[in-house]
Amino acid sequence: MLNEKTPYERVQAARSNSRPMGGYYINRMIDSFIELHGDRRFGDDGAIVAGVGYLDEIPVTVIGMERGDSIEDRMKRHFGSPAPEGYRKALRLMKQAEKFNRPIICFIGSAGAYCGIDAEKRGQGEAIAENLMEMMGIKVPIISVVVGEGGSGGALALGVCDTAIMLENSVYSVISPEGCASILWKDSSRAPDAAEALKITADDLYKFGIVEHVVDEEGRTYEEICSSLKRIIKDDLNEKLRLSPRDLLNHRYNKFRKIGRVAE
Amino acid sequence: MKVKDVLSSLGFFDHFTEKRTCKKCGTEENYAILRANNMICPHCNTYMRMTAEERIGLVVDADTFKETDAGLESGNPIDFPDYAIKLKRAKKATSQNEAVMCGTAKIGGNKCAVFAMDSTFMMGSMGSIVGEKITRLFEKAITENLPVIGFTTSGGARMQEGIFSLMQMAKISGAVKRHSDAGNLYITVLTDPTTGGVTASFAMQGDILISEPKALIGFAGQRVIEQTTGEKLPKGFQRAEFMLEHGFIDMIEERGRLKYTLTTLLNIHCKKKKNTDERSRMKNAE
Repeated sequence: MLNEKTPYERVQAARSNSRPMGGYYINRMIDSFIELHGDRRFGDDGAIVAGVGYLDEIPVTVIGMERGDSIEDRMKRHFGSPAPEGYRKALRLMKQAEKFNRPIICFIGSAGAYCGIDAEKRGQGEAIAENLMEMMGIKVPIISVVVGEGGSGGALALGVCDTAIMLENSVYSVISPEGCASILWKDSSRAPDAAEALKITADDLYKFGIVEHVVDEEGRTYEEICSSLKRIIKDDLNEKLRLSPRDLLNHRYNKFRKIGRVAE
Repeated sequence: MKVKDVLSSLGFFDHFTEKRTCKKCGTEENYAILRANNMICPHCNTYMRMTAEERIGLVVDADTFKETDAGLESGNPIDFPDYAIKLKRAKKATSQNEAVMCGTAKIGGNKCAVFAMDSTFMMGSMGSIVGEKITRLFEKAITENLPVIGFTTSGGARMQEGIFSLMQMAKISGAVKRHSDAGNLYITVLTDPTTGGVTASFAMQGDILISEPKALIGFAGQRVIEQTTGEKLPKGFQRAEFMLEHGFIDMIEERGRLKYTLTTLLNIHCKKKKNTDERSRMKNAE
């Protein structure tokens, strides 16, 4: 197609300052939303917004990455890169959702897990690792939606799910195109080449069978995108809610088990 | 041809003639001497990095290791430029097919599943095959009720396999979870360096985490942290001692004592203690 965006143009779209992140989808999609705070261990991370509410008539737990709007807000949320306590808050609320038998919806949009001395001191790696392992055992449906940049392990920490959805101009990658270009070619200005080579677009991941749905963006407002996304989530939830916990967990295990599987 | 020449052509003397240089002090030493010294430099006590084969040799009972899935080789799932050439070079340089070696073995008489990552193969990076081999090992350990002992060393996920590498973190985590839920023991031994996606998944998921002294263990790379935050890194940052101080590992163990410690831990989890001493008899009588 003539108007087709290049992969790097999609990276730029995914990172755009005007692009809504988790908070927008939570507010627009979830009725009677009540935000819940804190990891009960150390603190409350502003880069993760989470709480409970209704998806139409279904009570749900929602967890989203949020970078904020004003500069003060963005500083407070460290530009949407979650700290270990953000992932621990998310896990705490997922376990709570499991207790009350509520499905979980996660919105992913972040350059990656927060990178800094304090984050390392408080176990950034351990926090992500625990989420990956525990989410494999959470006995309620989990739907993860990549709405912005799905940056590596920090994104995957909310991405172990039964159904993965990407917006058309979101990306999902093991490393940022800049990081890849600077490691491989010692030249971060070759990020557009890296973006192409890494195959990070929604279309690529759909073809690989890693995401189940892609939501079209072209020519649509965010309100329209959000309603379309909501419909997909609802249909999928209704389907997943019919599964027994055992079938649900087997389905989740196999969804990831088959990725990179090799024939004998 | 003399006997000596025949033996030499078979590589019999390689251990005695092959030399390695310590990266820390620069001293060249016979490989045989280094092996006997657990690959610790006898001149400056630096823990030299070990291959997967050396790692396994360090802890398993003699002649008990049976390798699994040795033949699995990576493809090029996202057709990444030059990846095929890099893989070929790594295979040639290491005589290994991938960055992890898996199998079953006995440690102090306890049967277990073992994996050892290898930093000489593309920096121990994790792609689909590393993920597949470790997942299969955990699945085998679930079926056979075996504890898993894993040695980690890795620069993280292998970017040349893009999203497929990232997803291996979730795939392995699923198998670790099932293994754990079935009541099995998983011990990780973190070795220098364990970083990125490996730290953020199966390296940190063990029931017991042991590290080698001074091993670098972390999520974000040090240069990246410095560049992003402009902060100066404190001394010893992300080293094993730092991780112990902040509560993220159970213990630091020397190489020479590792087999003893693993055996004791395996015994505690897998065997009843044969003990007739006074205290335990009194306990039983209660």
